[in-house]
Amino acid sequence: MTTAVAPAIRVQGIEKSYNDLHVLQGVDFDVAPGTIFALLGSNGAGKTTLVKILATLLQADAGTAEVHGFDVAGRAGDVRESISLTGQFAAVDEVLTGRENLVLVAKLRHLPNAGGIADDLLARFDLVEAGKRRAGTYSGGMRRRLDIAMSLIGDPPVIFLDEPTTGLDPQARNEVWKTVQRLADGGTTVLLTTQYLDEAEQLADRIAILHRGRIIQNGTLDELKRLLPPAQVEYVEKQPSLEDVFLALVGETGDTEAAANDTAESASAGKES
Amino acid sequence: MSVAHVLSDTSVLTGRSLRHILRSPDTIITTAVTPVALMLLFVYVLGGAIQTGSGESYVNYLLPGILLITVASGVAYTAYRLFLDLQGGIVERFQSMPVGRSSILWGHVLTSLVANLVSLAIVIGVAFLMGFRTGASFGAWLGVVGILVLFTLALTWLAVVAGLSAKTVDGASAFSYPLIFLPFISSAFVPTESMPGPVAWFAENQPVTSIVDSLRALFAGQPVESDLWVALAWLVGILVVAFVWAMAVYRKRLR
Repeated sequence: MTTAVAPAIRVQGIEKSYNDLHVLQGVDFDVAPGTIFALLGSNGAGKTTLVKILATLLQADAGTAEVHGFDVAGRAGDVRESISLTGQFAAVDEVLTGRENLVLVAKLRHLPNAGGIADDLLARFDLVEAGKRRAGTYSGGMRRRLDIAMSLIGDPPVIFLDEPTTGLDPQARNEVWKTVQRLADGGTTVLLTTQYLDEAEQLADRIAILHRGRIIQNGTLDELKRLLPPAQVEYVEKQPSLEDVFLALVGETGDTEAAANDTAESASAGKES
Repeated sequence: MSVAHVLSDTSVLTGRSLRHILRSPDTIITTAVTPVALMLLFVYVLGGAIQTGSGESYVNYLLPGILLITVASGVAYTAYRLFLDLQGGIVERFQSMPVGRSSILWGHVLTSLVANLVSLAIVIGVAFLMGFRTGASFGAWLGVVGILVLFTLALTWLAVVAGLSAKTVDGASAFSYPLIFLPFISSAFVPTESMPGPVAWFAENQPVTSIVDSLRALFAGQPVESDLWVALAWLVGILVVAFVWAMAVYRKRLR
């Protein structure tokens, strides 16, 4: 963690209440550029509220926040140029096809060659065949892939992922994890909220725990682990976890698209080469 | 946010929701079916007993009111689609992007305009089959279309308020029921003189009567007189109030 680089996200003293409910009670943290920052908290901890404030969808009652160097209140337009939001409930247009969804976002970001951008992303996210179908027919994993692909259009330097793997099966979750890791490797700053401890453990460079409207801990996984007494060495038999068994049985990578294609497009199966 | 961006965003988003309609054209058909059924009922079942005192055929008398009912039921779909967009999170996706914020609403409003004009054309087509005849000049037709466009825009912005404030899908479209009912307490189906005093007073002074009378005069090729100015005042008034109201509700959601 270098302190010389200006943070990609800087949150200082953010407060937000809904009537008598004090959802955020003074939240502070920085996120370094190109890192994955996990905001960990149980349901109702205020994670989504905070993400909405950072994504300029809500105004904070107090405090300041900067994203990519722009104040979220004063320069909301510049913030929107710099970010992408992938919501908890995968906001794709179910009536449009996957490709049309991507073209729509590319046009709304005022990019030339929207069709070319869409085709690139369909290939990158293994959605070429599915791209012709309505997004409403997709499986949960395909839908989330499309959702994330839509977020990457225009290469925003900061991406907010609000509970990106909620409701996904293990294969789809692993795919999302790989995508997030690749994004960070490519220099994108990722702020991700999650209620799954293993997700934060797996992905995040730094983890902040949001509890009752405040950040109660913020550090690397190792730093957080050191908060507890040192581990005792015990010898236990290494048993495969149920997840290991499940993934071994059904295949680690998961033919999610192929499987969905089989059911939904059995008629056009002959076209696949 | 430049004007060019707002216009381009609006046209992209209008294209998106028009595509929704093209993929479920039943919304346009449904919008046209109820008014057509009402027209059949009134002309062929009840119409024989209704004395309009105007000497013209009943379908001629009735059509303006039927057109307003068409729009009043059609705008419910705008509230419905906007509500679903808000619920599904796609509005939040658009709002977190460099997209003109008013474009998100205008896309729905312009789509409503196009869809309602198509429904209106279907209803007018059926009316012609049922014997509707008009001596309207080209200018009078322009007047008819102008009034219907204003009426659609005014009710659509009310639909936007309903779509933005609704808590349930049913709530989103329920606002249109009183609007559909208003033409019945107006000069749309029977002359207001036939109603008892207080009802007649209400009928004569509510917006639908002046709009219906203006449309009827335009279709008949008669001079429109003062009705038109009263109708325009109502239409512009409702449009402005609904627009300002919708924008206020929209902004409040972001706080």
